Amino acid sequence: MDAAVKPVSVRKSVTVNAPIAHVFRTFTERQNDWWPRAHHIGKCEQFTATLEPRTGGRWFERGDDGSECDWGRVLVWQPPTRVVLQWSIGADWRYDPALKTEVDVRFVAEAQERTRVDLEHRGLEHYGDQAEAMRNIFDSPGAWAETLTIMAGAAENKPS
Amino acid sequence: MAAQAQLAALGDPTRRTIFERIARKPMSVVDVAAGLSVSRPAVSQHLVRHTTQGTRNVYQINARGVEALRAYVDALWSRALADFKAVAEASYQPKRRSK
Repeated sequence: MDAAVKPVSVRKSVTVNAPIAHVFRTFTERQNDWWPRAHHIGKCEQFTATLEPRTGGRWFERGDDGSECDWGRVLVWQPPTRVVLQWSIGADWRYDPALKTEVDVRFVAEAQERTRVDLEHRGLEHYGDQAEAMRNIFDSPGAWAETLTIMAGAAENKPS
Repeated sequence: MAAQAQLAALGDPTRRTIFERIARKPMSVVDVAAGLSVSRPAVSQHLVRHTTQGTRNVYQINARGVEALRAYVDALWSRALADFKAVAEASYQPKRRSK
């Protein structure tokens, strides 16, 4: 199909009551403390999310058994104002270096102890090439399904 | 048109709320329905897929396509940034002075 693909992105902002340097470090050095635990791609339940602090650095998780899974790369490293990450987690929830979506994060000091964080996750239209795999995300009982699934409790809740 | 149907489905505020709640963590239908002016059966209608695993009923959002993925990523970052803010603020030790 030759038609231009419409860009698809997600934009989010959050205001943090702390200085910009601290907020930047929290984002880049302490991902493990705030990244939703259900969303990781390795097989270990216990893992450490790590960002190598330089342009071209790796972005990966390390399981407690030592296994590592790449998430992407550091495309732009400009502490404390900006970091751009390449997010290469495919629709099948696996690392796919050919998939290039970007997480662009800007840090703006609104006051000495107040920092606005503007995040844009763009390039989601690239998942369009993986339509088949994308369906599997929502159908499979794997990592994505974990978060998209609710257990209606035990048998007593079962509609008869 | 299928794409329009998808957009319409995700555009429904109730469905979107359900989607974002489930994206946070697995929860029961009762919890999902809490605060929403919909009944449990109505919630179930939004969760198209319903299978049984052992003694558990398993509901899944029936969402497809890039727009569905966008909604998912949106909910993912909402959750992540809320936790990020909490961690950043809790770990900051301000040197406050009385004004």
